[in-house]
Amino acid sequence: MKTFTFFLYKYGITGYYFLSESGFYCSRRFDLSQHSPKTIKNVYTQETISAIFFILPSLLGFIMFFAFPLIRGVFISFTDWDMFNPPKFIGLQNFAALFKDDVYWNSLWVTIQYVLWNIPLQTVLALLIAVVMTKIKSSSLLRGTLLLPWLLPNVVVALLAMVLLDPTIGIINVCLKSFGFGPVNFLTTIQLALPSIAFINIWKFMGYNALIVFAGIQGIPQEVNEAVIMDGAPPWKAFWAVTFPMIRNVMAFVITTSVIGSFQIYDTVAVATRGGPGHSTWVMNFFITKTAFEEYKMGLATAGAIVLFLILVAVGFIQMRLMRADESD
Amino acid sequence: MIHERKSIKYLFVIITAILVFISLFPLAWVVRMSFMPNKIIAGYPSDIIPPGLSLSNFGRVFGLIKGLDAVKLGGSGQSLNFFRFLFNSLFVSSVMTLSQVFFSALGAYAFARLRFPGRKFIFNLYLSALMVPAIVMIIPNFILVKDLGWLNTYMGILAPSFLMTPLAVFFLRQFFLGINKELEEAAIIDGAGRFRIFFRIILPMSQTALTTLAIITFINQWNDYLWPLIVGKDVGSRMLTVALGVFRSQTTNGSPDWGGLMAGTVLATVPTLVLFIAFGKKVVNSIGFSGFR
Repeated sequence: MKTFTFFLYKYGITGYYFLSESGFYCSRRFDLSQHSPKTIKNVYTQETISAIFFILPSLLGFIMFFAFPLIRGVFISFTDWDMFNPPKFIGLQNFAALFKDDVYWNSLWVTIQYVLWNIPLQTVLALLIAVVMTKIKSSSLLRGTLLLPWLLPNVVVALLAMVLLDPTIGIINVCLKSFGFGPVNFLTTIQLALPSIAFINIWKFMGYNALIVFAGIQGIPQEVNEAVIMDGAPPWKAFWAVTFPMIRNVMAFVITTSVIGSFQIYDTVAVATRGGPGHSTWVMNFFITKTAFEEYKMGLATAGAIVLFLILVAVGFIQMRLMRADESD
Repeated sequence: MIHERKSIKYLFVIITAILVFISLFPLAWVVRMSFMPNKIIAGYPSDIIPPGLSLSNFGRVFGLIKGLDAVKLGGSGQSLNFFRFLFNSLFVSSVMTLSQVFFSALGAYAFARLRFPGRKFIFNLYLSALMVPAIVMIIPNFILVKDLGWLNTYMGILAPSFLMTPLAVFFLRQFFLGINKELEEAAIIDGAGRFRIFFRIILPMSQTALTTLAIITFINQWNDYLWPLIVGKDVGSRMLTVALGVFRSQTTNGSPDWGGLMAGTVLATVPTLVLFIAFGKKVVNSIGFSGFR
């Protein structure tokens, strides 16, 4: 069979060969004497017809629940709508209202603070754990165990944190007490609530991120590292000089996805602190859901969501630029 | 090989032990608490195995211990029916897994192998949807589901990702592209149609990818909170995660029903653990090499 394709290819039927991705698809349907354009068209149509059947379900799902809602969301953001009365077109007033809304600005600031708590520590930890994974002989058990928190529901993670951090019965406070420190209200003190939420999610994601970095390190040819160390460089120096530059793209991937994910934090906050104490954990997604499903201001909430979307696009754009700038030197 | 100093090796072993401890301890601690009736929780905050362990928390959560008996054990006396929520979660997650993986695989095959007008355009559209944060779609989708009359039904919870998610299509397409074409070509010579090829050759050859995707889809659906909370808060369609959230918000901040909450938490963790023990290695490897999220 292989030889047959080869001959078709050799005798100049390349056009048809490449037209359909599989050479045999064409070769079966016309012999060498009658390769008229009509036959080609037939093959093409047949494939298109089966393609329609293959793609229809997913395309339907995409149009109904991804494309249409996105367009509709933009429309809703230009209206004043409580879901019960007909929507009223008000142009950009929702965006103007957001701009003047202290609670929204606060939620933006809280979210940025959360990202700043989360990302540096999470990235450094991921790198350290990944290095440990490469040094341990049979690390698959370690990798599996560290991945477990990532697979748990956010609600469960929030409840775990609540019970461990509880001022009276939480084991962490019991330990602190035995060292002579008073009970700390991690989740109900304004200054501590947001960092605590950040730590909870660092716990959840550290293994997952480390695993990606680990895979990146595994992708580097062993000889490179060994050669440098042979030359007499200490291992940590070899790591900074050789390994780290080679996993820069992986690190960029980890940071980008973590930043985008952190901007959308909701579940942990909704269960563990409900935005409080005060507005100290009132993150953007919390603002949006509250505005939509408790105050029924659909237009305002959708506008808030679109602003979040634009922020994420900007973040992604900046990170892409930074990566490119790095590559050029 | 390079000889490393022994002390450094020990250091790595110690770090590993600490990491494993940090990852597993919270879960183990919650399992311990789920067996402690509320009365003894405050009395024994730090004993590893406290006295007086019982299954009463699970009994209350499943609604087997009701009314005054439950109040005596530290519950609020409201009726809890986690059997129902457990079934809802299992049912919705299973249906979602089967349908999403199947329909996404159909689409992915077309993108990987068939030529049709607009292939690249549609695929790029799918990909760009990956960029949009979920919350942007959630509000219009809620309105759509409400207009369709699917609020508080399984359909409502399932609808948005029933037929596809961009990530599933993308993941499977990448895998299908890597499958050798020769077998397919031979099948075409023998006169097999595209659907026959898909079911007889492609699906059996993609078992690894399909299993990985199925596990991730199941766990994602099982863990999902915001969407099921918005469209399925009624008892009939309430998922386990939502039930836990509701349970948590019903308990007062002064003296939460920790025992009951922890029993529910353990319950919500069990399927993840089972899947993880059975297929953990597959998931670990696929994340290592595709960055699956």
